[in-house]
Amino acid sequence: MADASYPEDLLYHAEHDWARVDGEEATFGITWFAQDSLGEVVFFDPPKVGTAVSKDTAYTEIESVKAVSDVVAPLSGEVIAVNETLADAPETINEDPYGEGWLVRVRLSDPAEQEALLDAAAYEATLS
Amino acid sequence: MPLQYAGIRAEHLAVRAGAGVFDVSHMGQIETCGPQAFDLLQHLLSNDVRRLPEGGAQYSVLCNERGGVLDDLFTYRLAEEHFLTVTNAANHERDLAWFVRHAAQFDADVVDRRDNFAMLAVQGPQARALLGRLADGPLASRMHCSLATIAGVPLLACGTGYTGEDGLELLVDPDRAGEVWDAVVAAGAVPAGLGARDTLRLEVCFHLYGNDLSEDRGPIEAGLGWCCREQTGFIGAEAVAAVRAAGPAQKLVAFEIVGPGIARQGNAVIGGGVVTSGTFSPCLERGIGMAFVPAERAEPETELEIDVRGTTRSAVVRRKPLYSKEH
Repeated sequence: MADASYPEDLLYHAEHDWARVDGEEATFGITWFAQDSLGEVVFFDPPKVGTAVSKDTAYTEIESVKAVSDVVAPLSGEVIAVNETLADAPETINEDPYGEGWLVRVRLSDPAEQEALLDAAAYEATLS
Repeated sequence: MPLQYAGIRAEHLAVRAGAGVFDVSHMGQIETCGPQAFDLLQHLLSNDVRRLPEGGAQYSVLCNERGGVLDDLFTYRLAEEHFLTVTNAANHERDLAWFVRHAAQFDADVVDRRDNFAMLAVQGPQARALLGRLADGPLASRMHCSLATIAGVPLLACGTGYTGEDGLELLVDPDRAGEVWDAVVAAGAVPAGLGARDTLRLEVCFHLYGNDLSEDRGPIEAGLGWCCREQTGFIGAEAVAAVRAAGPAQKLVAFEIVGPGIARQGNAVIGGGVVTSGTFSPCLERGIGMAFVPAERAEPETELEIDVRGTTRSAVVRRKPLYSKEH
């Protein structure tokens, strides 16, 4: 597992999720802190493409050996892709939480919601 | 003991393949000695203490009058009239009070030894050889106990454990436990935490008090009839015998989840029953657990459906243990 990191090009939700916003779309994932707290991820049960997700609301679950955890949507929209590779390799979420371990891609219904998210420094400050 | 050191899966696999060491100093100890120590224990413990020789170890449950399980315990017979019983941490005070209360009828002394012992469990196929290299003499074989010196520290070495692997549990002066831990780790044992302890014990279907055992359930339905000898007349024996004769309404079974997902403690079995323990099995690489189900659904290969937080997961009853070396 890599060391703690919080890339500056991402936006963060205080419930330990990140969003990489690209115009009207965004990729979601969980932060290094979240995957470290969960421990070894053994299952990711993705939402179906077309599912509506709502900011601040759980949209899926990640299960580790020790616990199951809700994953909260950092922004609202509709799921347009899920990371299919996680079905066979859920540990990718631990190994590369900001890259190959992304969870879903979403078409945003209200891109202005991102104003409420945290930058890397502000998110990291919530962890201490 | 922390939940994990390097990670539950890595620690689990290290114990299955080599040797791991657990700090289980949270466990309690009760010493029973005196001319009627045997009679007291025969009155309290479900097993037949006559079958516990000097230098031996024996598993039993402690029942209340209704046959409900107060605790599950290992007892070591250190000498003819001298026994040491290991309690679960959360039950220690209640067990001790129970022992003391019943000791009044016997010529026996009950002494709380919780503060006198730290406890290290060294487990795995390499554990015995690893400890042998640190010991000044032979070590207790499986289901036996004896005084030993390991890494220069005198202790009680017991051939018991909670992982399904060979190994020893070491009862040692708390002030010197650190020396033993350091020597065992330096010799190659992997530090392992509570998380791996739980996944290891559940793969081999060992009970965890508070999950799979409680005061509201008896030993027969929990599958522990093998350690109950009602003819000894232990407290609760009549109730236990009645359930054994009539057959329990529910039985504790082991199950595997079919497909993804992990059932957890408290999840309902559809059609009746409840999951008492559930986790991900690092060796079987799927969700496993134990559940109380109606007796007619307890046969191996019976299909179950479990409500896992609103999602119905399929499971299959399996023969215990879920994991064995042949896998």
